[in-house]
Amino acid sequence: MTLKQVQEGIVNSQVWKSVFRVGIPNTNRKRVLAVLGSLILHLHPVKVRRSGVRMSYTWCMGGTSFFLFLVETVTGLLLMFYYRPTIEYAFTDIMDLREQAPFGIMREMHRWGAHAMVIAVWLHMFRVFMTGSYKPPREFNWNVGVILLVLTLLLSFTGYLLPWDQLAIWAITVGSNMARATPGAGNEGPMSALIKLGDVPLIHAGDDARFGLIGGRSIGAATLLRFYVLHCMVIPLAAGFLMAIHFWRVRKDGGISGPM
Amino acid sequence: MTFLKNFINVLSVASISFIFLSATFAFIVYFCLLDGKVKSKAGVAFIIVGLILATAGLWFLPMFYLSIAYFLSLWGLATLGPRLWDSKTGLWLLIAGAGGFGLSLLDSNFKLIAAKPDNVPIGAMIFLLGIFTWIALRKAYLNDRQIAAGGMTFEKTETNEKLFVWPDLVYTEMLCMIALTIVMIIWSVALRAPLEEAANPTSSPNPAKAPWYFLGLQEMLVYFDPWLAGVVLPTLIIVGLMAIPYIDTNPKGNGYYSFRERKWEIGVFLYGFLVLWSFLIITGTFLRGPNWNFFGPFEFWDPNKLEPLVNVDLSELIWVKALSMPLPKLWIIREAFGLGLILLYLGLAPAAAKGPFRRFYLKMGAPRYYVGAYLFLVMLALPIKMVLRWIFNLKYIVHIQEIFFNI
Repeated sequence: MTLKQVQEGIVNSQVWKSVFRVGIPNTNRKRVLAVLGSLILHLHPVKVRRSGVRMSYTWCMGGTSFFLFLVETVTGLLLMFYYRPTIEYAFTDIMDLREQAPFGIMREMHRWGAHAMVIAVWLHMFRVFMTGSYKPPREFNWNVGVILLVLTLLLSFTGYLLPWDQLAIWAITVGSNMARATPGAGNEGPMSALIKLGDVPLIHAGDDARFGLIGGRSIGAATLLRFYVLHCMVIPLAAGFLMAIHFWRVRKDGGISGPM
Repeated sequence: MTFLKNFINVLSVASISFIFLSATFAFIVYFCLLDGKVKSKAGVAFIIVGLILATAGLWFLPMFYLSIAYFLSLWGLATLGPRLWDSKTGLWLLIAGAGGFGLSLLDSNFKLIAAKPDNVPIGAMIFLLGIFTWIALRKAYLNDRQIAAGGMTFEKTETNEKLFVWPDLVYTEMLCMIALTIVMIIWSVALRAPLEEAANPTSSPNPAKAPWYFLGLQEMLVYFDPWLAGVVLPTLIIVGLMAIPYIDTNPKGNGYYSFRERKWEIGVFLYGFLVLWSFLIITGTFLRGPNWNFFGPFEFWDPNKLEPLVNVDLSELIWVKALSMPLPKLWIIREAFGLGLILLYLGLAPAAAKGPFRRFYLKMGAPRYYVGAYLFLVMLALPIKMVLRWIFNLKYIVHIQEIFFNI
């Protein structure tokens, strides 16, 4: 049996045909059907502008951001098998993860992927700006993109606390101290002192914006759990939902940017 | 070698200000207005202003060479600017910079900071930003040349040329994914993710730094109070980014690289993105050490380094130093000058609408113009405050500690 016969045997088998309806896309008709008939591939149109395929034009940064989001999702899921978001276990679980667990590079990849994703998202925004691809009819999608950028930063920020090492709690302390100064909502913010009932101040360290963010007066068990839930559920779901809109609008607003 | 390192160390303390100032100047004036026409009258004026600033620097800033460097940099930017992306010069400079970075890693103090695991991505980011800025501006210049010659942009010539997603796009995507996977695996195996000792709420590290992407905001804390640097300005960055497509009514440059057709947009955006955001992050990461003191790249991060800084409020400068009077008790009188200055600053927008920016006002209409103008003024408030701090040690323009309202 030659290789070609093996290949044909596989491609013509009932199993293969049940999965891939079209067969090898070797004619234009089959190429169209291959994209249309697949849930994943039909995110794409059937045809794209030549510049949409050029790396020098798109820098591939939007795709890189999405791919890194997927990397973060997969590695993050693996980390969730080992990691417990409590003050007692968080740090030791991370130690175990890198010293004991098989595929111990998952945490490394998750951490570096997060850094890379932040940079990729910035560069994506940079490219979209430089080609003027926020101009009509793409204004709304640019806005969705800005929110996704903020969500990326929040994902990274909430994840920063989870290893529960010195780097983590002090970075989050510095970061969340800013919330103390929210005008009218933080206990050290301007105008907050004016909000009071008689002599009783209504905005104080026990109920201000920072308290709401970290679930206490200082970074502690409540913050860790809060950030864990935000990091693993709330923000990824929100980002996933917005990404669906983002990709959909790319197609509806004229395809991967090109001259309008 | 040691001499060179010491020279860079001493220079870099001043150069944070001089890079910042010249970048501000270059981006706003040169990028937006001049477009590299150095031989024109504007170019001459540009160099004269540089000279005046440099001379003023002799009086206000303690270091002589700062002024020289400042002037040279302005002059160099003005003459060399466009050539950086018109030819491969910019790329060669980047490669030279990368080489310098690599050589610097031989220095133990530099290595301690630059090769710290958490800082590695930021080092990579510097070069990525450089490369992509160069690519974008080079493509823009090439397109501009085509447009000037009456031709079509590169993107437009192929806009009707469509390719099948299968195989052209799908394969590109797959190759990218494979390449990225390999990069991620090598990166993860070669370099351990940062992990310090277990959290200890009673011992705070020095310096305590926010996550690296927020270090620009932390750097802003030096110049503004947390309510501005940590809350209001970040909010305005997001709002400003979202407002861009609605403020920018220029129909040109939609979907292709171009510089001449959108000088102002690109000038302002690059200034915000490269200088105010990225440069401050890089400064905050590599050059800010214990007690948030400034350290040169080859300097040891000595926690005992003392930097005597006596920052004074505007009210004190005026009432006590200039008028030789005690500070008035009532804050509205005490801060009258500062509040007046702020109002004057905010009045720049309507004034400019009648004066030099009238064509913008007419083209954009009042709502767009004012939103854009105020976002721009808020953005410029940061470099202005930085310069005031360096030159006059000015702490607050308005200081109403009664309600935590300090600017």
